Amino acid sequence: MRGWTGRILLVLLMAATVLPFISLFVTALHPSGSYPSGLDWPADPQWGNFARAFEVARLGEFLKSSVLIVLGVVPVSLLIATMAGFATGHLRMPGGRAVFLLFVLGLTLPFEGIITPLYFQVRDMGLLNTRWAIILPLIGLYMPFSVFWMRAHFVTMPHELSESARVDGVSTWQLFWRIHVPLAKPALSSLAILLFLWTWNQFLLAIVLVDNPANRTMAGALGAFQGQWGTDIPLLCAGSLLILTPTLVVFLIFQRRFVSALLAGSLKG
Amino acid sequence: MTRSGNLLAAGPRPSTVVGPPARRRRRSRRTGWAGWLFVAPALLFYAVFVLRPIVLTVQYSFYDWNGIGASRWAGFGNYAKVFTDPELYESILHAFELIVFFSGIPVLLGLAIAATIRRIATSRLALVARTVLFLPQVIPLVAAGIAWTWLLSATGVVNQLFSALGLGKVSKAWLGDSSTALPAVGVIGAWVLLGLCILLFLSGMSKIDPALYEAARIDGAGVVREFFAITVPSLRQEIGVCVTVTIIAALASFDVVYVSTQGGPGNATMVPGLEIYYLAFSQREVGLASALAVVLMVVVLAVVLPIQRVSKEDKP
Repeated sequence: MRGWTGRILLVLLMAATVLPFISLFVTALHPSGSYPSGLDWPADPQWGNFARAFEVARLGEFLKSSVLIVLGVVPVSLLIATMAGFATGHLRMPGGRAVFLLFVLGLTLPFEGIITPLYFQVRDMGLLNTRWAIILPLIGLYMPFSVFWMRAHFVTMPHELSESARVDGVSTWQLFWRIHVPLAKPALSSLAILLFLWTWNQFLLAIVLVDNPANRTMAGALGAFQGQWGTDIPLLCAGSLLILTPTLVVFLIFQRRFVSALLAGSLKG
Repeated sequence: MTRSGNLLAAGPRPSTVVGPPARRRRRSRRTGWAGWLFVAPALLFYAVFVLRPIVLTVQYSFYDWNGIGASRWAGFGNYAKVFTDPELYESILHAFELIVFFSGIPVLLGLAIAATIRRIATSRLALVARTVLFLPQVIPLVAAGIAWTWLLSATGVVNQLFSALGLGKVSKAWLGDSSTALPAVGVIGAWVLLGLCILLFLSGMSKIDPALYEAARIDGAGVVREFFAITVPSLRQEIGVCVTVTIIAALASFDVVYVSTQGGPGNATMVPGLEIYYLAFSQREVGLASALAVVLMVVVLAVVLPIQRVSKEDKP
């Protein structure tokens, strides 16, 4: 009998989780400019709203911009965080613990805390309104978690492995690149997923540092879209659905990895 | 363990171990400093885009500055204003109120739900649920905000449900009424975070030894006793994680509030993150924004550090 309480509870919970998506979908099918009420299947579904939203939201441009930003942030962050995690977690470097603690200090930092000076700094660098204004600060902001994450992997690697490689005359870089990076693949792929997701959904940096939505992330573009079309509810709903489709698709493809990455990510953070 | 001890332990090639100690020490020091070359790029990005801005925030917070002209030393004036101007200190109080929703509901309700569905955690239905409950974590918070703004509007689904239950009288524009706007924003946060907490708890419960539950049953413990005597203590680490993550989300909330209410009606849903944004970029009060930013950073640390202490202490 208890099994059934659980089942019913689970179904209700899932219903509550998907309700906002269903509401977006149903509303998106109403005639543009109308003010539909609640969950109400339209008499004449306007599938064309999606095409129109795609056009007026300039979704193609946003997609390209987001991809460029992700490509600018994720590979570099992975590389330099892995190097730093390797050095602080595996090499016995003088002052390694102090450097690591310095990174840990940034783990709980709310981005709003530094957004003001970041704006002036990015302006002085002449990068305001370019994608670099999002890419470069994000790499820095991701370092505490990324270094923490990669270090947690490298401290579990046996030192015997490195010692025997050293005996064969391998340089530190070769030791890192040829031996340790291939072994770190599971940790690296989870981190890659998390960084992708956080970059794609980054909002604050996008709206403060970049005026032109076409140079923003997807989430930042959605903010601009809301400002512009906020009164046309069906169109806004269609646009929102389109804008959150890419992450949904990526999530459904890499589901298993995503779930374990996010669970492990929050456990470590 | 010392370095040479480690080498001896590895020991498949004894020839290296008996090498001259001086040479070995020199090499180890060289590789040690090479570590700094590996850390340098990460440290550079971190220093330029995080550490320097933190220092600058503290510096700005002691000045009156509009972001363009000359700045004027203000001492602790900005901080005094943060704690006396109702609009500013209320934003901090709102953030604490949001903790009830962002943190309290997901953790308490999450524990209860996870305990109820523990038995069926491996069923087909639960596997589907794993995917579905994760959706709110994957989409941009901005999208969640837009969807919920619509759900909570005067003609939205939430009111439709209330009417269907014969409670049509309570229906209203939840985000537009200053008495319900903040809780309504809290509900959006709870929706985003509940699934994550449930899944974390379930994965923690799967590590609990089933023999513990059996022993409790033999001792005649009921479902409730079992929950408090076994489940909750075993999930100490997971609960600590959920509490930490959700509290940070509440104190540093921005995206959801920005799209759903812009801090209104009036200042009913103003939170520190949004207030900093308005002060710095529309009202051009950079000093005041920075003082609030420093307060926010300190508050987050002051709340999160003790939780870390408690949840990590004497872990079994």
